[in-house]
Amino acid sequence: MSVDQATVRRIATLARIAVSEDEVPHLQGELNAILAFVAELDEVDVSGVEPMTSVTPMALPLRADVVTAGGIAEAVLRNAPMSEDGYFVVPKVIE
Amino acid sequence: MTDLTGQTLAAARDGLRTKAFSAAELTEAHLSAIAGARGLNAFITETPDRARAMAKASDERLARGEAGALEGIPLGIKDLYCTEGVRTTAGSHILGNFVPPYESTITKQLWRDGAVMLGKLNLDEFAMGSSNETSHFGPVTSPWRKRGGNASLVPGGSSGGSAAAVAARLCLGATATDTGGSIRQPAAFTGTVGIKPTYGRCSRFGVVAFASSLDQAGPIARTVRDAAILMRSMAGYDPNDSTSANLPVPDYEASVGRSVAGKVIGIPKEYRLDGMPAEIEALWQQGIAWLKEAGAEIRDISLPHTKYALPAYYIVAPAEASSNLARYDGVRYGLRVPGKDIADLYGKTRAEGFGKEVRRRVMIGTYVLSAGYYDAFYVKAQKIRTLIKRDFETVYAEGVDAILTPATPSAAFAIGEKGSGNPVEMYLNDIFTVTVNMAGLPGIAVPAGTSTEGLPLGLQLIGRPFDEDTLFSLGEVMEQAAPKVALPERWWS
Repeated sequence: MSVDQATVRRIATLARIAVSEDEVPHLQGELNAILAFVAELDEVDVSGVEPMTSVTPMALPLRADVVTAGGIAEAVLRNAPMSEDGYFVVPKVIE
Repeated sequence: MTDLTGQTLAAARDGLRTKAFSAAELTEAHLSAIAGARGLNAFITETPDRARAMAKASDERLARGEAGALEGIPLGIKDLYCTEGVRTTAGSHILGNFVPPYESTITKQLWRDGAVMLGKLNLDEFAMGSSNETSHFGPVTSPWRKRGGNASLVPGGSSGGSAAAVAARLCLGATATDTGGSIRQPAAFTGTVGIKPTYGRCSRFGVVAFASSLDQAGPIARTVRDAAILMRSMAGYDPNDSTSANLPVPDYEASVGRSVAGKVIGIPKEYRLDGMPAEIEALWQQGIAWLKEAGAEIRDISLPHTKYALPAYYIVAPAEASSNLARYDGVRYGLRVPGKDIADLYGKTRAEGFGKEVRRRVMIGTYVLSAGYYDAFYVKAQKIRTLIKRDFETVYAEGVDAILTPATPSAAFAIGEKGSGNPVEMYLNDIFTVTVNMAGLPGIAVPAGTSTEGLPLGLQLIGRPFDEDTLFSLGEVMEQAAPKVALPERWWS
């Protein structure tokens, strides 16, 4: 399987990474090199094999439905590039 | 006074208890070694003030007879571990000014036991790399050089700063992380010991995520005993990590020096690669001979899906990375590049904030998870992971206690040597280590000799789940049998 330049642009949009036109051919080459490498997996017969969903056999633990951490809005916002009145600030989303 | 930075962690621990030197003196010696080694670029952030304050507190506890297991021991922390109030960058521009408001569980446990933080160590960006060349803060130079040469070599990666700092005697031990070989490959390249514990053995809470089903934290140190000492403080159950194993932590140091007579060591034929350098093959045979002399039984085994581990990894790891790294959006923390609207802000922030290798992996991950490709790539890779794990389970069920393999396909290479257009060339560094992450097993890299050019080479032992103890016993046997290789002279200061 390999990707064309339109697919490279589509992936970049999905990944929310701005890509300039002159980067596209280069990225296409690199992505196709990786895809060619993983194509080796095509020869493996996986019929009847369950996909691994847990690395070690364990049940997901549950915790009590109580507040364990909270009231730390200031700490949460401390690294925000832009915040105001206890909120993250972003460009206008809805016109 | 003896060379305070040249001793092992175990010797320093004993020296502090017998008051041969103080924690303050030990820390000061390391701070001056760090100041003299800036050319290696092993540290992203030095924390001398914090180190001195911690050492002073250690001296007070030592005086009161309240010493913890790591009291007064100066350590370096890979800059992937969140440290409260100390910048944590993950080697990325996007987190260049991130100051965590909380502490990772592992570092919290290290400070609980009295360790001293010297600073934050360089790494490949988001731990994605095998040479430490993808760091936004520049590559790390290995303290090792080829015999008679002065070209700058890579220390390996992604824990390149950790391995270089330990080998250059800038700290007595370091934390590291391993997603595909990032502890074991740099340890092998620098003549140090690195262990990737069983998945779930050490908490991932507060360790910046790369690929959550593969990431595992562990130590790099100069001896097997030192690694065992660090492991005891790093391991343990943590309710903040839902994949953390709720098992007691053994006294790993007690395994060091234990007899390995009767242990069954598997030698997997699939690790004998076409075109493998003769010196790697010879090193492997040497390791087999050492373990046999120590009374272990050597058995040829087969792990038939080995060759598919690396390609399957390059689906699973980028897929998980693309999901984990979605959080870097320029809104809640990290770099923000303004845009005309929110989508433009995301795109510009991530284009500028992520380096080339990270962008590439996020894009591959996005592709293999996208509609129409998920089953063909991601689900298939997870099925292959089941087969890889089953290979190991089969040989362990047949009585194999541990598996011996080379750690890396070659010795360290030069900075810039593997910068070709094909990223796969670099990925092949992890060919012997990545199976261990795919199966969630423990693996240790131990120095075993040198290349014809005088560079360190390591062997890897792979263990049963949660049987790190056996790896420490076997690792020490190899360490004792291996030729003693002096750490490099301080050419850098």
